[in-house]
Amino acid sequence: MSAKTTNQKAWLLVAPVVVLVAFNAVIPLMTVVNYSVQETFGDNLFFFEGMKWFEEVLSSERFHDSLLRQLQFTFIILAIEVPLGVAIALAMPRRGFWASVCLVLMAMPLLIPWNVVGAMWNIFALPDIGLLGKTLNAMGFDYNFTRQPFSAWATLIAMDVWHWTSLVVLLSYAGLSSIPDAYYQAARIDGASAWAVFRYIQLPKLKHVLTIAVLLRFMDSFNIYTEPFVLTGGGPGNSTTLLSLDLVKIALGQFDLGPAAAMSLIYFLIILLFSWIFYTVMTRGEDR
Amino acid sequence: MAARGNSRFKWIVPFLYIVFLMLPIYWLLNMSFKTTNEILGTFSLVPQEFTLDNYRAIFTDPTWYSGYINSLIYVCINTVISVSVALPAAYAFSRYRFLGDKHLFFWLLTNRMAPAAVFALPFFQLYSALNLFDTHIAVALAHCLFNIPLAVWILEGFMSGVPKELDETAYIDGYPFWKFFGKIFLPTIAAGIGVAAFFCFMFSWVELLLAKTLTSVDAKPIAAVMTRTASSSGYELGLLAAAGTLTMIPGAIVIFFVRNYIAKGFALGRV
Repeated sequence: MSAKTTNQKAWLLVAPVVVLVAFNAVIPLMTVVNYSVQETFGDNLFFFEGMKWFEEVLSSERFHDSLLRQLQFTFIILAIEVPLGVAIALAMPRRGFWASVCLVLMAMPLLIPWNVVGAMWNIFALPDIGLLGKTLNAMGFDYNFTRQPFSAWATLIAMDVWHWTSLVVLLSYAGLSSIPDAYYQAARIDGASAWAVFRYIQLPKLKHVLTIAVLLRFMDSFNIYTEPFVLTGGGPGNSTTLLSLDLVKIALGQFDLGPAAAMSLIYFLIILLFSWIFYTVMTRGEDR
Repeated sequence: MAARGNSRFKWIVPFLYIVFLMLPIYWLLNMSFKTTNEILGTFSLVPQEFTLDNYRAIFTDPTWYSGYINSLIYVCINTVISVSVALPAAYAFSRYRFLGDKHLFFWLLTNRMAPAAVFALPFFQLYSALNLFDTHIAVALAHCLFNIPLAVWILEGFMSGVPKELDETAYIDGYPFWKFFGKIFLPTIAAGIGVAAFFCFMFSWVELLLAKTLTSVDAKPIAAVMTRTASSSGYELGLLAAAGTLTMIPGAIVIFFVRNYIAKGFALGRV
């Protein structure tokens, strides 16, 4: 990689992007900041409240609960999707007709609107009319995701694994196909075991794409809203109310703008912090 | 390719995974060919009284099919805007060092991370204040929030793969910047542009929360039409399933065109 030249005029090339994104990011963000420090009684009457909402949100049990559920959810899906995705990519045909077939079919779930994913899993898992629900009950499992928190969680996780594992597969596949055949031939001549090939040839190549995969999956699973909203609506009870479901409930359901805005900012800061860590790790040793 | 002892049975893993992926899709497809009565009354793996009524209902009712048109319009506008502004920016990031470049790049990425739920209400107020509420352009602009950073990220990856000597040679030959960029550089990274466009299309197509918040009638996306119909006219499961099935078609079509680059695109051009 050749070194980049310093050129301040490059800002002109970046300007349109900055203007468009800033318009969409800075103005709404400032609106949220504004709400987070004020109390409103309707009629556009606002009173300055300082840090009150932040203190209230940070000490509320409700926020702790949904944050905990969110972390649990993110941790579980990462623990399933990343190893599963790598395993599938390793077993996939590397090139040719069947590789294309696999790629196209596997990418399908990624292109379905998120509420359709939720609705699809809803009718797939319903115990009375769904294939999954009916089969599980016929096999003797007591399964009803609209009533039992455990079933609801299992369904939610199955849905996310269904929806997003392909992302990890595609990333790993891209990483694996960039390994030259000569490496494998050399390994064969040396009589390397399958494990050694994975550990010393494939894994190092995967490191970079897997960081991207973890980063994307982390961000998106923290932002997940539509799919659980359509599938379970956060229920039964509050058992699957993840962070953003709770947020929308407070902001649009109860119209408590202050606490909702404070919660948004805390929520955003959490994602920002984690993403900054991932980003630093990801770009370490790179040119930029 | 490494020849290993277990390689003859390796296809089982992706095969089982694809079966798992196809099951819910099959169930949706199956339901879309049934009447609502049959769905609620009998349980069967294939439709007993095969019917196309659900699809007919969608294609003859403007509130349904205009949803598809609305979605396609704002998705296309968004893709065009996102890719065209991301191209020069990605070039700047891949070729030059300038004041605040790293911070700017990270700031762009943070917008990809921002939860849409956080922005729903302020977006509604912003676009209402601009009199853009319920227009296609409003949704297209709003989706720029996460699509422009993504397009910049992908294109930057592809552009960094093009040796800098190409640029230098062209400048020595006396090409002005824009001529070089349009005539030589863009054709070189055509695959990258295709992939970036595909991803913008995809994320704009699947997003619902912002699209729903910013529209009421004239620009209502198909996904939002579905939720409304589900609640207002009882629970028309057959119709819902047919509408859901139809939302998969645009994705399936575009995926076919970029199938050879899709994996590289997901790796943001950097593998």
